[in-house]
Amino acid sequence: MIPADDAAVHASKGTIRVLQLYPRDMNIYGDWGNALVLRQRLLWHGYTPELLEYNVGDDFPEDVDLIVGGGGQDSGQVVIQEDLQARGEQLREMAEDGTPMLVICGLYQLFGKFFKTKAGPVIPGIGILDVETVGTDERLIGNVTLTSPEFGEIMGYENHSGQTALGPGVEPLGTVSKGAGNNSKDNHEGARHRNVVASYLHGSLLPKNPAIADFLIRTAVERKYGTFVPGTPDDGFARLAREHAARRPR
Amino acid sequence: MFSFTVPLGKLVRAVSRLRGGGSALPGLVVEKIDPGFMQRTLSSLPHGVAVVSGTNGKTTTTKMVVELLESQGLKVFTNRTGSNFTRGVAAALLGEVDWRGKLDADVAVLELDEAHAVHFVNKVPPRYCLLLNVLRDQLDRFGEIDATAMLLQRIAERTTGTVVLNREDPRVARIAGAVGGPEVLYFGLDESLRSTFPNDDDMRTADPGTSPRGDVPASPAADVVLRRVGTDDADFEFDGTRVSTHMKLRGVYNIFNAAAALVLARSITGASGRPGDAAKLVKALSEVAPAFGRGESLTVDGQPLELVLVKNPSGFRLGLKSFPAKGYASMIAINDNYADGRDMSWLWDVEFESLREDGVEVLTGVRAYDMALRLQYDEVRFGSVDTDIPAALAEFIRGSAGKPKRVFCTYTAMLAIRRELSKITTVEVVS
Repeated sequence: MIPADDAAVHASKGTIRVLQLYPRDMNIYGDWGNALVLRQRLLWHGYTPELLEYNVGDDFPEDVDLIVGGGGQDSGQVVIQEDLQARGEQLREMAEDGTPMLVICGLYQLFGKFFKTKAGPVIPGIGILDVETVGTDERLIGNVTLTSPEFGEIMGYENHSGQTALGPGVEPLGTVSKGAGNNSKDNHEGARHRNVVASYLHGSLLPKNPAIADFLIRTAVERKYGTFVPGTPDDGFARLAREHAARRPR
Repeated sequence: MFSFTVPLGKLVRAVSRLRGGGSALPGLVVEKIDPGFMQRTLSSLPHGVAVVSGTNGKTTTTKMVVELLESQGLKVFTNRTGSNFTRGVAAALLGEVDWRGKLDADVAVLELDEAHAVHFVNKVPPRYCLLLNVLRDQLDRFGEIDATAMLLQRIAERTTGTVVLNREDPRVARIAGAVGGPEVLYFGLDESLRSTFPNDDDMRTADPGTSPRGDVPASPAADVVLRRVGTDDADFEFDGTRVSTHMKLRGVYNIFNAAAALVLARSITGASGRPGDAAKLVKALSEVAPAFGRGESLTVDGQPLELVLVKNPSGFRLGLKSFPAKGYASMIAINDNYADGRDMSWLWDVEFESLREDGVEVLTGVRAYDMALRLQYDEVRFGSVDTDIPAALAEFIRGSAGKPKRVFCTYTAMLAIRRELSKITTVEVVS
């Protein structure tokens, strides 16, 4: 039922360095699940994962192949904003260069141009994504289903009061059929640019959406080793969890 | 002047009970016809009102405080039915007052849901409050944990006498800074125990117990400190003395809340002019049984079956730590109804490695497959997966005959399991 730890038995097909951005301050609603899924699926595909962390004030690790970042409270966003600005250019270069990245909720907002908080102050973003976010009194909460041209049906759970509008420089991750997504006006959810996937979805996102996890992994491996030779992870329970999640109310 | 509030309210209460209804309706009626009823009745109590709030452990802690105070001879009014909303308090009052509206009690100890507590304290400023913790609980209702902390702070600000705070939870401890007049007391943990109690800021940091940010007051002295937790006993320190006692309660988080209950009970009895008898307090503490579904143990086929309520990541982590898997057959039941919280993300903030050796027999609940997926990623073996709780429970009992059993369950899953178990064993009836 559970794939054996292939990497321990067979020779590894290569090492992929996965960096968690600000796990100390930006990690809420199961964001760890995304890092865990990347680690395990790399193993199941026959690669060796190296899980790294970057927190405020740390030295930025070298040779990062994949970046994952989570959501946070408003207070967490305030704590990281200066440090994130200092890392902005480096992260922008990596994104433009094609490094696969997944940013959820709070870091999605800060990967954009700015987040104008409800209280008034504007937290500048690092502008990797052509999106703008404005804090509101309305909290968008509940189960979400969307359809993406790349990944098919995507499922998760949203909980945010910042509303995000997409500019012409990004594509939406998908079109919402249940829930709100980026904002309460259009039916877009998330954003796509180069190999960056940005989304409001928790749940966690990657466990029930292995297609996105495998896109990030494949991209990282191809960039580093030229070709990706996938393994055969068992996604039976992911399929069943999706079927049951799809039937739940908003 | 004779008031019709009480007779009418009691009548509605009686009728609504006959219809098998909940406790909120009579409270609602009383609120509508006599908005001052609750405030008037409670303000007549000689030792005032104590409010217990926080995200985890309110019910068990309130039960402990009540039993501690009763051991000191005080008459205590409490909202035992778990209706921790303002209307539930009004309804509980109706059941206790005499026909003239007089409440025969020395003090009220009330468990209040964080959001509703704010409404309550605006109507009835409490003399005491005990603020337990702010964990990631039901975030889809309150938004963010910082917002929940603000709700607790509001309770503290309305408190007139003594505010009791958890020294080890930074979001609770820093409320001290917002408290002006009232006395602030703390309950705390021995340093050796701090790593067992991760707070939400520590969940992913390697060094639990230290806050990454500096706005927490430098560890103040605590009125009661939990020094050690054994399998069925614990050491508490207060008044400079370390006391060792047997505990019926299980689970380290319950035992930490016992320290909280001790602080509040000592404060109330101290103010009553009859300082608490330490020996009696400790004896009463050792006899407190767990509240409904909070680590209670039932008997099925001659074997114990423990129900462990899990409703947020810290609670689940502590549950797994407090109730070691060794020798037990385990079942996990996860629902996502409104009272459980609809967001399943929290399962990904719990590590399940401790179940790897013994595995899990049965997974059930509306989100059984989310749990299956979670265990797959932590490489924990599991047996059957069935979203139907009665069928899964029957399978669990059949499949693990002769073994002690443990069920980790969310709130509504626990209600369903208790309903099923009551058909085959004696389950305490909660009115």
